[in-house]
Amino acid sequence: MTPGSSYLRRMLDSDLIWQFRQAPAAMLAAAVLVLMMICAVAAPLIAPHTPFDPGTLNLMDSRLPPAWVDGGSATYLLGTDEQGRDVLSTIFYGMRISLAVGVAAVLLSVTIGVTLGLIAGWFGGWIDAVIMRMGDVQLSFPTIMIAFFIDGIAKAVMPPDLREMTRFSVVILAIGLADWVQFARTVRAATMIEKNKDYTAAARLSQVSSLKIVFAHILPNTLGPVIILATLGLGVAILTEAILSFLGLGMPPTQPSLGALIRVGNDLLLSGEWWISMFPGLALVLLVLSVNIFGDWLRNALNPRLK
Amino acid sequence: MITLVLRRLGSVLLVMLIVAGLSFLIFNYLGDPVNNILGVNATLDERDELRRTLGLDQPSYIQFWHFLERAVVGDFGISYRNRVPVLELILSRLPATVELVVCATILALGVGIPMGVYCALRPKGFFSRLLQIIALIGISIPQFLIGMLLILIFSVELRWLSAFGRGDVVQFGWWSTGLLTETGRMALIMPVLTLAVFQISMIMRLVQGEMQEVMRADFIKFARARGLSDRSVHLRHALRNSLLPVVTVVGMQIGSLIAFAIVCEAVFQWPGLGLLILQAIEYADFPVMAAYLALVGFGFAMINLTVDMIYLFIDPRMRRK
Repeated sequence: MTPGSSYLRRMLDSDLIWQFRQAPAAMLAAAVLVLMMICAVAAPLIAPHTPFDPGTLNLMDSRLPPAWVDGGSATYLLGTDEQGRDVLSTIFYGMRISLAVGVAAVLLSVTIGVTLGLIAGWFGGWIDAVIMRMGDVQLSFPTIMIAFFIDGIAKAVMPPDLREMTRFSVVILAIGLADWVQFARTVRAATMIEKNKDYTAAARLSQVSSLKIVFAHILPNTLGPVIILATLGLGVAILTEAILSFLGLGMPPTQPSLGALIRVGNDLLLSGEWWISMFPGLALVLLVLSVNIFGDWLRNALNPRLK
Repeated sequence: MITLVLRRLGSVLLVMLIVAGLSFLIFNYLGDPVNNILGVNATLDERDELRRTLGLDQPSYIQFWHFLERAVVGDFGISYRNRVPVLELILSRLPATVELVVCATILALGVGIPMGVYCALRPKGFFSRLLQIIALIGISIPQFLIGMLLILIFSVELRWLSAFGRGDVVQFGWWSTGLLTETGRMALIMPVLTLAVFQISMIMRLVQGEMQEVMRADFIKFARARGLSDRSVHLRHALRNSLLPVVTVVGMQIGSLIAFAIVCEAVFQWPGLGLLILQAIEYADFPVMAAYLALVGFGFAMINLTVDMIYLFIDPRMRRK
């Protein structure tokens, strides 16, 4: 037997996978999530139309209702928006951007939080005090408010052409900076426990550098809770991005995320063209809901106190 | 207990100082106070003159002190866009947002707590299962979608309610209220509901969870053994003890209501602080942004402080520490 397959077997035999098989809601959520991720990643291949190629758009086909409503056409399953873009295709592309921003923002939060948490926990003293006080101050505001302010100020400061170009990174930065505290707190607490354990002392005695002890030995032992928090954080990040985009502070209409699509559709809601906003909305709810259900399950499954 | 109060006050002061610092940075360095007053066509001499009279040639810590002095009396300069004092602008928009947030909070508490109690007492009943599913959906749908759905149903399809604005308002000095007119009350329904759905769901889940836990405690068994009525056991003993964490979370949630009010106001074109700050960002109106940040920071700090004090007040165990 090759080492690869035995590793796979061990993984399949693990407690976690067994628990996963016992939880239909988590399995369904994971299935939906995987399906949506495939749709998002493979959007250029599987989307029935190319909504962001102006050459293929036909204004005659704009504002068509979904196929099953009177006046709908089978070529545009979920209808079209005011520029004649196929709603189903824009949703695929929109999920791509929503997921990309969400994942990148969470990775940024994790990186900042874990690094600061390790530093605070390892050094202690005034460094710890400064970092954690900073976190306390930030925690007295809701995440969405902080992201809103970072994003809003960045938007107000930049000239319009630069604004459009840097939107993607600014949104990621705003959400990432708003949500690092929970990771820092968790990692700090874990680091303070790990640094007094025998293996750390042994590493110190064998003259391993502090840097290596922290990143190669302590870090892996603090990552369990971080993975749970990051999964739940992904739902929050996707939702925060949607809110920012809905307010006109997130992704631009030329590069729309689900939130930006809903914003576009919102203007057409009063004339009764509900499909332009409601289908992207449904996709957003489905995405966030399945992330949350899966994250909740993961938290309970990995929590030793609940066993 | 006094040290506890002092420590809380200290941390509130720290938060306020940092928020004031950020607000100062936005006001002084992102915005240009000289252009703000003179316009872009002034000569260099005029600019230098004004710079001196405004104290902009002084070191930044002195400028910060002056900024604080002015901020305390509510002087945040003049809005770039509307050309009126920022304070006036904020005061004219404040009542709309406060009305929205207060009504949503009352609705959330008034509906959420009874629903939670009901679900805790009959967790297996059909009706409470239904409520639990509704609550799960309630915390999963983004607020702007709820608002849009309401507009779609009640404004577009049924044509019962107006989709935007506050309706008619009555003025009391600088305060305006929509609660005293028919159209004003009608206009409140959808925005308040939009803002409250998440809070109702969350408070319900929280109360249910806490109360189910408390109901298993020994003192509840003893209360029953003493022959107290169900009503007294449930409401006087179980509910009171499960409300402690609710107070904390509700406090935090009122804070986030202020943030979510921005979204709600955008959906319903509600003329409150949220629309004001969105417009300020759109037009790079830095004095308004600085004032909003300071005001919201102050609001959050006060809410947090109040929650801590209430906690201290209603839970005797906290006082003994």
